[in-house]
Amino acid sequence: MTAHSDIVTIRNVTKSYRRGNQPVPVLEDISFAIQSGEFLALMGPSGSGKSTLLNLIAGIDKVDSGSITIGDCEITTLSETELARWRAVNVGFVFQFYNLIPVLTAYENVELPLLLTRLSRRERREHVETALEIVRLADRMDHRPSQLSGGQQQRVAIARAIVTDPAILVADEPTGDLDRVSAGEILSLMDHLVLDFHKTIIMVTHDPRAAEKAHVIRHLEKGLLTDG
Amino acid sequence: MFMVKYILRNAFRHKLRALLTITGVAIAILAFGLLRTLVGLWYLGVESSSSTRLVARNAISLVFSLPISYKERIRQIPGVTKVGAMNWFGGIYISEKNFFPNFAIEPQAFLDLYPEFLLSPEEQKGFLHDRQGAVVGRKLAAKQGWKLGDRVILKGTIFPGQWEFVIRGIYRGAQRSTDETQFFFNWDYLNETLRRTIARRADQAGIYIIGVSNPEKAAEVAVAIDTSFKNSLAETMTETEKAFQLSFVTMTEAIMIAIKIVSYVVIVIIMVVAANTMAMTARERISEYATLKTLGFQWYHIASAVFGESLFIATLGGIAGIMGTFPAAGVIEQELSQFFPSFQVTTTTILLQLSAAVLVGATASIFPTWRAATIRIADGLRRIG
Repeated sequence: MTAHSDIVTIRNVTKSYRRGNQPVPVLEDISFAIQSGEFLALMGPSGSGKSTLLNLIAGIDKVDSGSITIGDCEITTLSETELARWRAVNVGFVFQFYNLIPVLTAYENVELPLLLTRLSRRERREHVETALEIVRLADRMDHRPSQLSGGQQQRVAIARAIVTDPAILVADEPTGDLDRVSAGEILSLMDHLVLDFHKTIIMVTHDPRAAEKAHVIRHLEKGLLTDG
Repeated sequence: MFMVKYILRNAFRHKLRALLTITGVAIAILAFGLLRTLVGLWYLGVESSSSTRLVARNAISLVFSLPISYKERIRQIPGVTKVGAMNWFGGIYISEKNFFPNFAIEPQAFLDLYPEFLLSPEEQKGFLHDRQGAVVGRKLAAKQGWKLGDRVILKGTIFPGQWEFVIRGIYRGAQRSTDETQFFFNWDYLNETLRRTIARRADQAGIYIIGVSNPEKAAEVAVAIDTSFKNSLAETMTETEKAFQLSFVTMTEAIMIAIKIVSYVVIVIIMVVAANTMAMTARERISEYATLKTLGFQWYHIASAVFGESLFIATLGGIAGIMGTFPAAGVIEQELSQFFPSFQVTTTTILLQLSAAVLVGATASIFPTWRAATIRIADGLRRIG
């Protein structure tokens, strides 16, 4: 992938949910592209459809019409099983509430996506240790999430997101549950992933300070892109 | 390997809840096992009855006796090897709460017809030569603290008076299922006393125990016996020992059916309780399952996690229940030996208990497994667990 080629191409995507018998439109005819190595912030008020758009890009929800192409793969044509396999390899996820598995240690949480690969135990260990070193938590690998602070838990979540070396990271309000200092650390870490590891990050946020770190900001309102 | 670790850790994530669920399943499986054992015991007399023995009784009712003169006539019927008179004595030792079955029997016929009651040659000899001699089961002797040579007095209920006996033998059962709580004494002692005290009741046998040479011809011999006494003042009804025992069981069959139903109801109740627990557990972890799906885990990974956890907890409860069944059965056998002379838990019962536990685990997980496996990721991630 070249440095500035389009890694995500969204064409005429619409999405609606049903409330009873009534369809409720969430996204209407969305088209835009995201370049490789870009740090994009999706902003907008609650209910504007930004999380839905993030889910569609990440392949965890299905479009009503239109297409989404990630790299060379048009993910809107994939089945559920194919999408699950594709996600495991191509997308890293960071959630607002970290979504770590409480009964697993930091190491085991980071190792989770690798369990679906053919890597040996030794290779998995190398990957996990590298990911934890990148987020500066190598010394906490045996801790369970409940033994870590919010900021540390989010760093474990980021390590889990990058451990398979995916091209894209999607982050839904990654600083939404953190104090200012921790939020700053997480944003710096994400910036570091873009600059030094050439990851493409798509982040949904309400926080203007978080959005400032992004290279590109797109605004959604009532299911429409308001900035072209 | 990961899935096993995940299941084991999840199982004890809420220690109190897991402990209560395991305890609930254990108690249900224990109760199920004891009830099934009770049902099995009810039929034990039938199952352990000999195919070479017939029982002849008065055709009108068991309450009516048969003349002792029938003994010789029965003995002469082809196919009959031995005949012995037997009477239910119904004596009480000190108090009614010390109930145990006691019978007047003819010693030699008894020893010949009941090889499952094991006595040493000295004990047999002592019993045969003492009119007041009695043989008692090992468990009964242990419970009452009797030993050889002890004098025991039973208060007669059917046959009034104070009846004194000398313990001449303490038998052991040839099988574990043999009843070791019975008391047998010499029929001649009863009959001679009755001749002196209530002459009209003497020379009467409650039933005749009849040995046959060929079990396959038992039915023919029974018909021959009954035909011999047709149109007499005391017609006989002869049947195999098994049929005789079964007639007692049949009287209480409704109770047995009720106990069987209760044993199944216990399992259904714990199944519902376990299903509720598993549903609650799965509901709490929906966001976690959605996360795993997001990371690329498939529906069957999630399904196996929920199903495995439910199965693990139920099986653990089942094993605890089975382990508890043995001491519980031991206590019942010790404390209620007058009602349950041999409260043995069979291999079939253990397998039934284990199957019930697995069934509880599997059934309880059906709805939560389906729910967790089919949850849409976007919906699951909206839940904050």
